[in-house]
Parts: sequence; C-alpha cells; structure tokens
Amino acid sequence: MATTTRPAVPTAQAHGHAHHGPELRHHFETARQQKEAATLGMWAFLVTEVMLFGGIFMAYILYRWAFPDVWAESAHHLNTPLGTVNTVVLLVSSLTVALAVHAAESGNRRTLLTMLGITLLLGFAFLGIKAYEYSEKFSHCNGYSTPLNWVTGTDQHAVDECLVPGRAFIFPVEHGAEGAPAGAAAEGVAHGEAAAVQPGLKSPYQLFYFLYFVATGLHAVHMIIGITIVSILAFLSWRGLFTPSYFTPVEIGGLYWHLIDIVWVFLFPLFYLVH
Amino acid sequence: MATTALPQSTYLHDDTPGLWAWIKSWLFTVDHKRIAILYLLSINFFFLLGGLAATVVRIELVTPQGDLMSSDVYNRAFTLHGVIMVFFFLIPVIPSVLGNFLVPLMIGARDLAFPRINLLSWYLYMFGGIFALSAAVLGGVDTGWTFYTPFSSTYSNSNVILTIAGAFIMGFSSIATGLNFIVTIHKMRAPGMTWFRLPLFIWSHYATSLIIVLATPVVGITLLLVAIERIWGVGIFDPALGGDPVLFQHLFWFYSHPAVYIMILPGFGVISELIATFSRKRIFGYEFIAFSSMAIAILGFLVWGHHMFVSSQSVYASLIFSFITMLVAIPSAIKVFNWTATLYKGSISYRTPMLYALGFIGLFVIGGLTGIFLGVVAVDIHVTDTYFVVAHFHYVMVGGTIMAYLGGLHYWWPKMTGRMYNEVWGGISALIVFVGFNMTFFPQFVLGYLGMPRRYHVYPEEFQILHVLSTAGASILAIGFIIPIIYLMGSLIAGKPAGDNPWDATGLEWQTSSPPPTHNFHETPIVTTEAYAYPPEAAELDARSWRPGSPL
Repeated sequence: MATTTRPAVPTAQAHGHAHHGPELRHHFETARQQKEAATLGMWAFLVTEVMLFGGIFMAYILYRWAFPDVWAESAHHLNTPLGTVNTVVLLVSSLTVALAVHAAESGNRRTLLTMLGITLLLGFAFLGIKAYEYSEKFSHCNGYSTPLNWVTGTDQHAVDECLVPGRAFIFPVEHGAEGAPAGAAAEGVAHGEAAAVQPGLKSPYQLFYFLYFVATGLHAVHMIIGITIVSILAFLSWRGLFTPSYFTPVEIGGLYWHLIDIVWVFLFPLFYLVH
Repeated sequence: MATTALPQSTYLHDDTPGLWAWIKSWLFTVDHKRIAILYLLSINFFFLLGGLAATVVRIELVTPQGDLMSSDVYNRAFTLHGVIMVFFFLIPVIPSVLGNFLVPLMIGARDLAFPRINLLSWYLYMFGGIFALSAAVLGGVDTGWTFYTPFSSTYSNSNVILTIAGAFIMGFSSIATGLNFIVTIHKMRAPGMTWFRLPLFIWSHYATSLIIVLATPVVGITLLLVAIERIWGVGIFDPALGGDPVLFQHLFWFYSHPAVYIMILPGFGVISELIATFSRKRIFGYEFIAFSSMAIAILGFLVWGHHMFVSSQSVYASLIFSFITMLVAIPSAIKVFNWTATLYKGSISYRTPMLYALGFIGLFVIGGLTGIFLGVVAVDIHVTDTYFVVAHFHYVMVGGTIMAYLGGLHYWWPKMTGRMYNEVWGGISALIVFVGFNMTFFPQFVLGYLGMPRRYHVYPEEFQILHVLSTAGASILAIGFIIPIIYLMGSLIAGKPAGDNPWDATGLEWQTSSPPPTHNFHETPIVTTEAYAYPPEAAELDARSWRPGSPL
C-alpha cells in the first residue's frame, strides 16, 4: 500500500531527547499529536463515566415514574441545606481547577500550586460534608438525632426513622402511609418496612435511598480518585514538571474534575429537590 | 519467499540475558505486539477451560437421564462454560489478540496511543479471570452467564459475587482496549493514511471500540448493583423489596446485545482482509462494508429488547424492537453480498485462512437468518429458551467469531512469528472444524424446534438421537481445535521462514519484516494508495505464472 517511506524520523531506539522535551513519548511523532491523543482519550473515558452513571439514572427514572409520590416524599428527608452547600463547594472547585489550567498554560507555577491547593481543600470539604450527611442517616438508625449525639452516646431515643436501606429500614409513617392504620407503624418497625402503602411492594421508599446511597457513594468514590489526581498534579507542578508547552496532565486532570462536578449538578436536584 | 532466515532484531528478541530479565521483559512490556502474544496465550488458555466445561455438558447430554452429574453440578458446568466463553474468550479474543497486534501495524504507527494502559488491560483481564476461576474452584456459580435477578441477587447459593467481580474487572480491561483503539485510529495514522484508505479490519475495530466504550460501563454498574443488593440485602431488582427484576434485564441486555457485535464485528474485519487477499482483488464496495460496520454498531444499541419478548415488556415495545432487529439484517447482508461479489472473478486460492473465511460466510448466513426468525415476536415466543436459540447464537459466535479468529490467526501467524504453519494440516483441521461444528449445532436447531428447553440436564428419550449426534460433532470439533495447537506450536521450531509478505498482500503490516521490529517500522511509511490496491490484472498474472507448489 505504501509506496514511499520517509527517512526523516529516526527509529526510536536510536534517537535521544535532543529535539524535544523528555515528556514526548517515543511512539508519538510530535508533542501536538501526543497532546491530542491524551485529550481525546480523556474525553472518551468521560463518555464511559457518563454511561456508568447512566445505568443509575435509568433506574432512577424508572422508579420515579413508578412511585412519583414516594420520590417527592422521600426527598424531604435529605439534608437540603448541606446539599446546597456542597453544590456551591463543588462549583467553586471547578472554577479553581479552570484557573489552575489557565495558570499552567501561562506558566505561572505559583498560581497553579495555589489553585490546585484550594481545589484539594474544597474536595476534602465536599467529602467531609457528605460524610456528615451519611453519618446523620446512620445515627438515626441507632436512635440518635445527630452524629454528635451518637459519638457521645447522649439522648438515645426509640428509632422512628432509618433511611439506610436494609433490614432496619423505617420510613416515618406520618408522612409515608397516609391513611395507614396506627398499628402499621409498630409492624413496620418490626419488619423493617414503612407500612403496607403498596400491597405486595414492601417499601418503595427504600428504592429512593438505595439509589441515593449508590449514586452519591459512587460519586464520592470518584471524588476520592479526583483528589488523588489533583494531589499528584500538585506534586508534579511543585517539582516543576509543567511548562507552558507541556501541561497536558493538568488539562485532562481538570476535565476529570469537571466531570465529577457535572455529575453532582445532576445528582443534587434529582435527589434533594424533587419534592 | 527468498528469505532463508528470520530477521535478527525483532520484537521477540531480547538484548539482556538471564531468565528473570526475560520474564520481566514480557510481563512489564509496553509493546503492543508482546501484549498481543500475552493475550494470545491467556485467552487460548481460557478457551480450553471453557471448552472443557462444554465437554462436560455435552457428555452429560448423551443419555436422557442425569446419570453423570446432578442438576446442580450441571447448572454450574454450563454457567462456567458461558461465563468463560462470553466474557473471557469471545469478547476480548479478536480485538485483544489480532487487534492489539495489527491496529498499529496497519495504520503505520509505532504503538497504540497508550501503551501502559494497554498493559494494564492485560493485567485486568488476568485479574478478572482469576476471580471468575476462583468462583469455579470454590464451588461454582449456577445462575447462567446472564445473572438474571432475583435469582442471582437473592436466591442463588453459589459464588455469584466472585463471578460478577470477575466480569466487572474484565469490563475495565475491555474499556481500556477500546479506548486505546479509538484514540490510536484517530490520532496515530501514518501520513497519507486517510479514513478511506484504512483497511476494513481497522473500520470494524473502530466500530467495535465505540460499542465497548458506550456499552461496557452500563453492565459494570448493573453487576455492581446486583453485588450490592446481594451483599447488603437491599433491593433494587428484588420485587419483594419493591424493585423491578425486568429493569435488570433491560440494563443487562443494553450491554449484552451490543456485546454480540463486540464479538462479531472484529470477525467481519478479519474476513474482509482474508477475502480480498485470497481473491487477489480490490474488495467490492469498500465504503459500504465500512459504513455497514458503523450502522451495525449504532443499530446494535437499539435492539436489546428482542431478548425480552417473554418478559413483561409491553407488546408495542416488542414490536418496535422486532422491527429494528430486522434493520440490523441489512448492514449484515451488505457485508455478505460484498464479500461474495469480491470472490466473483477473483483468483481464489484455498489456503487455510481462506477456508475459514468461506466457512465463516456460510455459517454466518445460517446464524444470521435464524436470528431473523428469532427477531419475529411470534416465532421467538415459540422457541424462547430452547435449543433453537442455543444453536442460533453458537452459529454466530462459534461459526462466526471463532472461524474468523482461527482464519485470522493463520493468516497473520507468519507475521507474528516469522514462520509458516503447516498448510496441509491447516487445511485438514479447517475442514474438521467446519464438519464438526455443523454436526454439533445443526441438530440443536431441530431439537429446539421440537421443544427441547435449554439448560436442562434430563430430557425425553425421543431427543436422544439428536443429542448423541451433537455430542459426536462436539468431539470432532474438539479434535479440530486441538490439531492447530499442535502444528502451530510445531511451526515455531520447524516452520519455514515466511518472509515479509508470504501472501503477496497489500497492507502496511506486510511491508515491515516478519516478525516486525520493536517499533514496527524502521522508517515511517507514507501511504499513497487505497487499501486493497491489487492490480486489476493480478488474477490473470497469477493464473499465468502458476506452477505446482506456487505459494498462491
């Protein structure tokens, strides 16, 4: 098929790093090609991430369509103020990542480090708040109103709400089972179900929280990966690896961070604001 | 064929002495060709394991009674066969072995875009394989390869989680490979290698990679949900807890139907190469074959519901899925017609790869047409979960993917190893595979139509003759698979040096030495012609210059 060859490019073993920086890997012809490959690779990877979360969104759509009232009811029991704070935290972190990429592009190492540092802090803040929200749900299952009470062991009361899916799941009856007989509450506690709202379906409320925990948990896993990536980027930029002509890792790392952000932008209204 | 010795400096050659250095140079290699060899060995190992499980199943079915094993053991045997063959053989085999080796060579690149991710994909594959195998060793899994809920999530007492973890990890291996191919094909083509000069092998791998990247994460999350449901006893697919088991089927088939195109599309690519080379003709309808791959990739995402005609899916949904299923037949038929048109007035030589290619066309036509039967709602309801379905998908998977894989392996064997295999044994084993295959699976069409359900280890006596026929065919098929292992390994020692281009084929992979040097090309090739640029008079020249013993 090929009729001519181009002798200009020496074999990779033979050539050193004389003509380009050490970051150009041997199987690429030019730095531009390497950068385009890395960027396209990241975008393709982000598509796989979207499809991964897509499975959860599909389940969400189906069950929300099947149980619209349950969904509206359940959203009241999530901590919307904290969710809102977290949304703001993540949106700001996206800004700082974008500024970090800009700083890398203009060769401003100090700003780059600062911005990556702030991003890390915001990432930890998000995870901290999320952890608090989770522990709130778990402390309710153990009969405490707040995680603080749970840790100190004060003010334990009867378990009237447990939103962690599983055998102990209880959705508070005063909202859930309109018109359900009073005895159903006690029965619900015993069998881990929120009364027979829908005969044959033990507790569709559980589905909402199952999806909530899986979706936000998967998102948190991505946050942890993102924080790891940003830490590595910060370390590399502290070592002075990035120059205005080579900052691809910052750029594609930033793309990943934006994806985490966007996923949350969808998760937040779908779980916290559906009521 | 003038070459008498292999080239000195190849990708198989090591500078550093010592056993440990040699092992390290393979296990930590980032060379796509070496990774392809690693895949070749490990995937064939899994193929033999899956084949062993199939042997157990076929032996049990010789008699109508369940005298060799209990129904529980039988369930575990066919599940092992299904899981290994689908996830660890059929899905990765052609992309990871032939694709890994050939995609950079065919487009004139020095390696895949992300060599380390390529190596990672092999480790993930092995890791996933270990999980799946440990599940088998620890007592097996009995859900069938489809893991239908709520059986898999609630009731099964077997190692579902280990198996699911294996398939889940294997999915990441697939994604890594698909991602690498997409980026490589977009960004690493040699100068002059335009999209419409790409070999059709590359087009089909591009389409395959798109499916892998879009579909695999969905089955990942689905299997993850099943695992979570099983571990913590919470319910999303369990109707007793408010969930919907049919949702699992939807999510599962959203991946697993496109997955059958992950298996067959690379095979299409191989066949396009073989047919052109051994007809010595420009392929007929290049653009149509290229775009039909893309059309199959797209339509393949819209037909998953045809696996669910007997679930609670709405009748209207079934009708639409049925209709789109018919549409898939169009690009598939376009390929078959174009291959046969390529054969027309070609200078056909019946070398081993070509025998496999011709076998592929015949078997794929049968597999595809029975797929149309199954796409019709009324017929499907009659034969759902019978041997008719089993025979159909084995005609496509074994008759398609495995025939293409074996054909491709023989065709590129001289390139991969630098040596020719034994042509006589090659031809014999290709015929044995063809005969054995038809004898195994054709009776199953009849069995299924008569009402023999799949996954049963006992059956009424009137089915025995057909089952015995099928088992006998399976034995012949096994022989057909074992012979190539022997003579291909023998060729490594005794095979004639092949020379750079033993088939006198077009394509960049034949321009470099056999085996290729580590960085594929000593000088970056510049492409100035289309793929398959066989001279118009090639057929006549061949006929005129033919002598007994001529290579073609």
